[in-house]
Amino acid sequence: MSNRFIAIEGIARRFPSRGGEPVTIFENLSLSIARGEFVCIIGHSGCGKSTVLNVLAGLDQPDAGFVFIDEKQITGPGLDRAVIFQSHALLPWKTALGNVAYAVSSRWPSLPRAEVLERAQRAIDLVGLHGAEMKRPAELSGGMRQRVGIARALSIEPKILLMDEPFSALDALTRGALQDEVRRICRDTGQTLFMITHDVDEAMYLADKIVLMTNGPGAMIAEIVENPLPQDRKRDEIHRHPDYYPLRNHLIDFLVTRSVTFKNEIPVGYDRSKPPVVRPVAKQPALA
Amino acid sequence: MSNAAPLSLRAGVLSLLIFVIFALAWHLGTRGGPSGPAMDPEYAKLMGATATQGKSAMPGPLEVGAKLVEHLRHPFYDRGPNDKGLGVQLAFSMLRVAAGYGLAVLVAIPLGFLIGMSPLMNKALDPFIQVMKPVSPLAWMPLALYTIKDSGLSAIFVIFICSLWPMLVNTAFGVSGVRKEWLNVARTLEVGPWRRAFTVILPAAAPTIFTGMRISIGIAWLVIVAAEMLVGGTGIGYFVWNEWNNLSITNVIIAILLIGLVGMLLDQLLARAARAVTFPE
Repeated sequence: MSNRFIAIEGIARRFPSRGGEPVTIFENLSLSIARGEFVCIIGHSGCGKSTVLNVLAGLDQPDAGFVFIDEKQITGPGLDRAVIFQSHALLPWKTALGNVAYAVSSRWPSLPRAEVLERAQRAIDLVGLHGAEMKRPAELSGGMRQRVGIARALSIEPKILLMDEPFSALDALTRGALQDEVRRICRDTGQTLFMITHDVDEAMYLADKIVLMTNGPGAMIAEIVENPLPQDRKRDEIHRHPDYYPLRNHLIDFLVTRSVTFKNEIPVGYDRSKPPVVRPVAKQPALA
Repeated sequence: MSNAAPLSLRAGVLSLLIFVIFALAWHLGTRGGPSGPAMDPEYAKLMGATATQGKSAMPGPLEVGAKLVEHLRHPFYDRGPNDKGLGVQLAFSMLRVAAGYGLAVLVAIPLGFLIGMSPLMNKALDPFIQVMKPVSPLAWMPLALYTIKDSGLSAIFVIFICSLWPMLVNTAFGVSGVRKEWLNVARTLEVGPWRRAFTVILPAAAPTIFTGMRISIGIAWLVIVAAEMLVGGTGIGYFVWNEWNNLSITNVIIAILLIGLVGMLLDQLLARAARAVTFPE
């Protein structure tokens, strides 16, 4: 059962529309994620990837279906999952340390204050913000704010990290540095991570599996792409790997054409409850 | 050549200049003119300088200044109901404002929280607030006098009712406008409703709440003068009316000046408090 650490089973989400007929964002959507897996979901804006994440976070309720985490059904938000929001969502009246400490004291309400601060400081140090802990979010750069958000999420030692386009508002250099950081932390701690992105390179660099979602309304998981790149990949080397371009082409091809056309030409044998798993690799054996 | 003098210094000099020009114009305007027609000295004594020497009934700046110094020297004397020091009168007014305003804070902030949190309460109470808000607080005075049967308490009630609305409306607005992402942070951290109210909603809404409190204190200080003119007895409003009955324009001018200064002080106090809870985003 370990490959069903997170099990999304046939969830649907509909929103009321002006016309009266509710719009179905997605229905009968299923996905499982194993413990310690890093999963990215990519798709165009409005396909419902954020809704999937919000359902996982418990911030949104599905209209049908169930979500199980570690074999327990989730009914609302919980401290077993930590969300890293796109807009960092730090409390602006608290310092960086205060924001993290707030999460720590929510997680362990009876912990003495000194220990709360110590744990918060450790999380701050982990994301490389030592020395900036007394600054308020307004005094931090965008990348530093997002680091505080990551520290806050990690500080509560969640079973799952949920990230909603966490790096999309950052410049390329900062984004790269934070991606490295997140990848390092995840590999060190074996953290299970579910992340929304629409950056193909980000997904390729970070993910073990990449979930491809078609355009909404009525979005579907077209397939799950296994990342053929080696586990200890290096940012400046992966583009030389023989499987790099097959994977990249596959993803781009999906985003550009198949995310639209998939609905009209559903492959024979496609089962919504068990989306096919593919592994794009180079046709010829790699050069020695 | 650089324009070295800082802006605040230049503004200060200009302020001083404006004041000097104003005082000079005032002095010249109220100075005695040519004497009137000759009359019997007994009669002239009876009529006073206003009629006999063309002197204006309006006091000049020097008279007002001299009187002000006299008041400042003995601000807290009390020689019976119609002769109390200005400090005593201002203290009475401020106590009434503090009582009425304090009560309004105790009612408006929790109630505003409720209205801001609940769209149902917001919609249900909105018509009442919209009708009550534009009513001049003094219109409540007869009702208050009839029901409370005490003029001092009625004045406090009038202050309460006029301070209530801006704070209520602002608190509700601030609470309902708390960013959804901050509430979501609290939800994902499983923060309970009370802790959420005090650690997320209150700090997030505090700048808006304090803006309402600042508007309210301004209105309360405006209204207390009028209310005390009606209820009489003590207070700076009563003092103004009493001195008008005494035809002491000098004292009326001094009272106006002091009302302005105290009002400014109260406003600055709340502005400073508001700045302390405001967070940069």
